[in-house]
Amino acid sequence: MPDCLSVTINGAPRQVPRGTTVAAALLIAAQPSRLSVLGEPRAALCGMGICFECRATINGIQHRRSCQILCEQGMTIRTNR
Amino acid sequence: MTRTEVLVIGAGPAGIAAAAAAAENGRRVVVLDNNLSAGGQIWRSATVKANKSSDQRNRPKLRALERLERCGAQLLPCRSVYSAEASGTVVAVDEAGSAIEPEQFHFDHLILATGARERFLPFPGWTLPGVFGAGGLQALVEGGYPVAGKRVVVAGTGPLLLAVAAHLAEDGAIVSHVVEQAPLRRLLWLIASLGRDPAKLIEGARYRAALGRTAYRTGSWVDEAIAARDGMSLEAVRITNGTRTWTEPCDLLACGYHLVPNTEIAELLGCNFRGRFVKVDHEQRTSLENVFAAGEPTGIGGLEAALLQGEIAGMAAAGRSSTSLITRAAKQRGFGNRLEKAFALRNELRSLARPGTIVCRCEDVPLASIRDRTGWTDAKLQTRCGMGPCQGRVCGPAVEYLFGWTPVSVRQPLIPVPLDVFCRQPEND
Repeated sequence: MPDCLSVTINGAPRQVPRGTTVAAALLIAAQPSRLSVLGEPRAALCGMGICFECRATINGIQHRRSCQILCEQGMTIRTNR
Repeated sequence: MTRTEVLVIGAGPAGIAAAAAAAENGRRVVVLDNNLSAGGQIWRSATVKANKSSDQRNRPKLRALERLERCGAQLLPCRSVYSAEASGTVVAVDEAGSAIEPEQFHFDHLILATGARERFLPFPGWTLPGVFGAGGLQALVEGGYPVAGKRVVVAGTGPLLLAVAAHLAEDGAIVSHVVEQAPLRRLLWLIASLGRDPAKLIEGARYRAALGRTAYRTGSWVDEAIAARDGMSLEAVRITNGTRTWTEPCDLLACGYHLVPNTEIAELLGCNFRGRFVKVDHEQRTSLENVFAAGEPTGIGGLEAALLQGEIAGMAAAGRSSTSLITRAAKQRGFGNRLEKAFALRNELRSLARPGTIVCRCEDVPLASIRDRTGWTDAKLQTRCGMGPCQGRVCGPAVEYLFGWTPVSVRQPLIPVPLDVFCRQPEND
């Protein structure tokens, strides 16, 4: 892939094009961003930082809204499973 | 701590116009935006597809972004405001930073250009991965989520649906249906009323033309999203027009019910409201002397209204006034009212959610738990509805439509921030 970045999602390495948001990377990897209070898988809904459904642990910081953050080389992304 | 004469919150069309107008009139301007770059939701440009298309449509956006760059205003993206006081302080966090640190801003004049978000209504299956907002899916696609070859149904209400469907189709999605709940006669009435505004007609016609093979169903709505066997994705949606109901296979559903204004900061500051919207005078001044509001928070009116109102607010914050701009802005106000009438929600949408359907996604509160509560406070105390991370931004407008409950007061922090950040006294350097 041209101009790609390497990130890890729940420990698994992934390549994504530069300019991809973390939320988009999670959707591409078919990984729900979190399990809800009752244990349902959830993924991004609003795409604009309002709904908090896409929150994930990014580089060790919890509860980041993944739709508002771009993937960076070497980024560690953990979903709240 | 940053001190500025004019602080603008929001770098969509209204915020850009406001910032540029104030800066061009000699004021020191700082603009905070919670997205990755300027442009707001309508002019998303930060990401993968950035500047891919340089065609005619992008011209107003490029012109505005160039103006923002040239005018000398300082743009700070990825900033989420969580605290504000009309006496002149706003506190934000950098969402993309490597640590979460509070940043304090002091202002003489504040311009709120906080835009709007989609209204979501709960229906069975709406919490499944694969169900997005209409603008929501488009934003995620702009952020690099590929939809080529995916079967998509676009549903809900409002002028955004056609625009979203056209963009998704351009990206290679197979948009089988656009499902608009408004009846055809109201849409025809709206189209007829646009006679004085050919630009909007042409825009609509262009979107429709881009959707050659897509069925456009008016007076219809999605009443269920059906999960695939894995429970993690979508298999189909059920569409109904009240008499006929059918199932349409699809991979993704993009569903949003027009827009609601982002008014949390205005509420926190104590601005007066007119209904759901921030009350402003002809110069976009709120009930607070040094606070202005422009664009969607003052009434959902679209791009042209936002640009004009932003310009007026920016000039007013710099002590200038333009009667010709004010006249033009007044003319635009009718458009928002007509949109609201044309896309008014039908009663049937109130009964989409079943007893077990989740209404508050943050706290997983089903309809059955809240429908017998007496109002918002009761629902919050008994069920935690609206008390999760989104602070009712998603379920609030839904509950308002379902039960007529008006929202209760807004408090800081406006978004979740770590306790140690919230409690820290920002340094006074």
